Amino acid sequence: MTKLLIDGVEVDVPPEFTLLQACEEAGAEIPRFCFHERLSIAGNCRMCLVEVKGGPPKPQASCALGVRDLRPGPNGEPPVIFTNTPMVKKAREGVMEFLLINHPLDCPICDQGGECDLQDQAMAYGVDSTRYHENKRAVEDKYIGPLVKTSMNRCIHCTRCVRFTAEVAGTGDMGATGRGEDMEIATYLASAMTSELQGNIADLCPVGALLPKPQNFRARSWEMQKTPSIDVMDALGCAIRVDTRGREVMRILPRVNEAVNEEWISDKTRQIVDGLKKQRIDRPYLRENGKLRPAAWREAFDAIAAKVKAATPQKIGAVAGDLCAVEDMFALQLLMGKLGSANIDCRQDGTKLDCRSGRASYLFNSTIAGIEQADAIMIIGCNPRKEAPVLNARIRKRWLQGGLLVGVIGEKADLTYDYNYLGAGADALAQFIGHAPPNKQKPMFIIGQGALTRPDGAAILALAAKAAGSLNVVKDGWNGFNILHTAAARVGGLDLGFTPGEGGMDALSMGKGGMDVIFNLGADEIDIAPGAFVIYQGSHGDKGAHRADVVLPGAAYTEKSGTYVNTEGRVQMAARAAFPPGDAREDWAILRALSDVMGQRLPFDSLAALRAALYKAHPHFAALNAIAAGEAADLAKIAAAGAPDKAPFVNAVDDFYLTNPIARASSVMAECSALAKGRVQQAAE
Amino acid sequence: MTVRRLAEKQPESFAFTPENEAWAKKEIAKYPAGRQASAIIPLLWRAQAQNDYWLPRPAIEAVADMLGLPYIRALEIATFYAMFNLAPVGRYFIQLCGTTPCMLRGAEDLKKVCRDRIGGQSHVSADGAFSWLEVECLGACCNAPMAQINDDYYEDLNPENFGKLLDDLAAGRPVKKGSQTGRKTSEPEPGKATTLTDGRLYDGSLVGSWKERFADDKAKAESAAAEAEKARAAAAASAVVKN
Repeated sequence: MTKLLIDGVEVDVPPEFTLLQACEEAGAEIPRFCFHERLSIAGNCRMCLVEVKGGPPKPQASCALGVRDLRPGPNGEPPVIFTNTPMVKKAREGVMEFLLINHPLDCPICDQGGECDLQDQAMAYGVDSTRYHENKRAVEDKYIGPLVKTSMNRCIHCTRCVRFTAEVAGTGDMGATGRGEDMEIATYLASAMTSELQGNIADLCPVGALLPKPQNFRARSWEMQKTPSIDVMDALGCAIRVDTRGREVMRILPRVNEAVNEEWISDKTRQIVDGLKKQRIDRPYLRENGKLRPAAWREAFDAIAAKVKAATPQKIGAVAGDLCAVEDMFALQLLMGKLGSANIDCRQDGTKLDCRSGRASYLFNSTIAGIEQADAIMIIGCNPRKEAPVLNARIRKRWLQGGLLVGVIGEKADLTYDYNYLGAGADALAQFIGHAPPNKQKPMFIIGQGALTRPDGAAILALAAKAAGSLNVVKDGWNGFNILHTAAARVGGLDLGFTPGEGGMDALSMGKGGMDVIFNLGADEIDIAPGAFVIYQGSHGDKGAHRADVVLPGAAYTEKSGTYVNTEGRVQMAARAAFPPGDAREDWAILRALSDVMGQRLPFDSLAALRAALYKAHPHFAALNAIAAGEAADLAKIAAAGAPDKAPFVNAVDDFYLTNPIARASSVMAECSALAKGRVQQAAE
Repeated sequence: MTVRRLAEKQPESFAFTPENEAWAKKEIAKYPAGRQASAIIPLLWRAQAQNDYWLPRPAIEAVADMLGLPYIRALEIATFYAMFNLAPVGRYFIQLCGTTPCMLRGAEDLKKVCRDRIGGQSHVSADGAFSWLEVECLGACCNAPMAQINDDYYEDLNPENFGKLLDDLAAGRPVKKGSQTGRKTSEPEPGKATTLTDGRLYDGSLVGSWKERFADDKAKAESAAAEAEKARAAAAASAVVKN
């Protein structure tokens, strides 16, 4: 630790700190543009200048000067730093004047206005008039993809976007061509960026040069209501902020959650926004003569009640989809219990994970932050870049630190880091059974749904558990046996026990036929054979609604307060930011109303009462933001179920941009998907 | 300098010749593992030399592929350094220095020669022989004004000898590199030296001559002391007379 005197405040900081960090420690605010905590240090904006006594007689860039580079005074006094002297103020004003020389005065028509670092800092360090009377620099705007709009006149060359794509995203899309006055930020010859995290560069941009294209000229930052919530596009449960104006969701931004997403979110999480407005089911529908027609709630409920009454409980089933909140599934589970049916399943993709094998058998046990401790990762039947881009960025972050060994079993893909390819299928995994433990302290398995959704999924899970045993993946104080889910609702459903009871059928066999009534709660990835009477309750008109005989309008994830459990078992609560459109209602309320019509009234009249019942049955849901860790001992008990097939693993997510009904309704996602497909084709040619 | 963009007309493909390919491999091997990207400037430089002294897009991409870099990283380098020509140049590519010493010694006149003979900057003459570019200091200020034509410096230029130089190059006649006025490297022109003109420097008579100066100084100091002594004695004598 080194003692420093900053503005007369004595602080004790570690020598690897930069002066900027030390100043913040002392409570001094340092303006900055190029510096960002999660990116490498560039030191090129010069806004963070401070005065260092005993150093060179010039202002120093505090972001790029280390505490260990400071010298003590002649008698060993601690180094002295000032952040508020006239010299510092004058220096920063000079920097600001240079930045503003070529920055257009278009704040009134700039979307960044109101949340612009340059605007804010110009309030403190800007001068009121210009001494520069020559022409400003003009730079062509560049196409860099469908998600980020450029306005390059505004660029101040902080290179945050260049560093983000090179370091965090790992695609190296952006760069600075030319030099000096002619330096321009662009992608290679106006090609679209290829990263699944590219939307983040609009957040990083301290000025209005990079802005989210779909939100172009739509809203001002101060007009919007900001609701902290949780994302459901993948199983990570990234922390998001939903910005709404009136009833409309305008945009989704990341929140900082060090344990899950740091401060990044994927493009799907961010730009799903227009999907929330399209293809919405805003009233109940009833199928008549093969066509769906609008119906009243009562009409729809009566039709359902009649069908359910006519069916035997063994012929009634329920499937829960990928975006359901725990509360909705809990209500449906209770209702099915009252009807006497054991045919419930939340695993529409057919994954063989089972809550009866213990929580450790279906969680990302090491936690997402645990990736940073791992020194060897084996990725099995999974493409984390497509299934959870933010998690992939975490693996890349760990890889960049060095000393990480990555192996892949399954499909080869560009994961943005180097790996050893170990094989395509179960054979490659089987060779690790009885293998000598590696010379690694914290090895980790990441098992994707590509390995588990096959008919032999249970056998592969057992195989993986065995291999994990011989590779010391699970030991005292470290459980590296990780399942990466693709659906936000899956862990919550498994926690609830939303799986077939005694003699019950699972989702895939229900879909194949033999059922009289199937209650489909937002499951849009499953095929249901003709024959059954299908009730679809959900927010978007997608595959599920097309097959349905009765459609009930539900709420999307931004329109209800719901509990979600992420892939590591973290219980988080999404908040309601807007209201569902038209007649649509929150899903638990629809189920409650339906149960009344069926004569099986559910025992709660409010969400609070529902939650009270839920917490009574499953206490761990009450502990928000906490993880109830699984028992590592359970992993050893995963029994082998038949022999695994030799077929190679096929990843669960083929098209990252179109994995759920909301994404499929979004035209922005469709454009991204088409672009990505074009790239794949180009690469194949 | 202006905004540097890739040329509009680009060749279909680029590949190093086998010799250059082998050279490039050797060059890459000079850098430690994981730092191969550092070989980018020599490789781009060699690619440019192979491609008539300009760097086409396929060459930039080929070099990036060789080094496992995103294309934009190679483009950054190619657009940063003025030594990479992004558009075709003449068979004789003239880089005319326009920085202060050359400008004071008449670079503006040479520019006029270029403009009249070849056309505007970066314009290749109709016969493909010449193109020219004003560049920053090339470090031959002693022989200002000067120009670099392909790999060689041509110095002490004036409109006449520069015009003749271009004629000779165009006609394929042999030309003299370096100074065009008969100067030897950057020595003074014959008869115009202002220093080192003393003949004794060259006949050995100056060896040890530094001692003379000190002997001289000593004699001067002694005579000055004697003068002072005399003056004091005279002053004392006149005082005695007054009393």
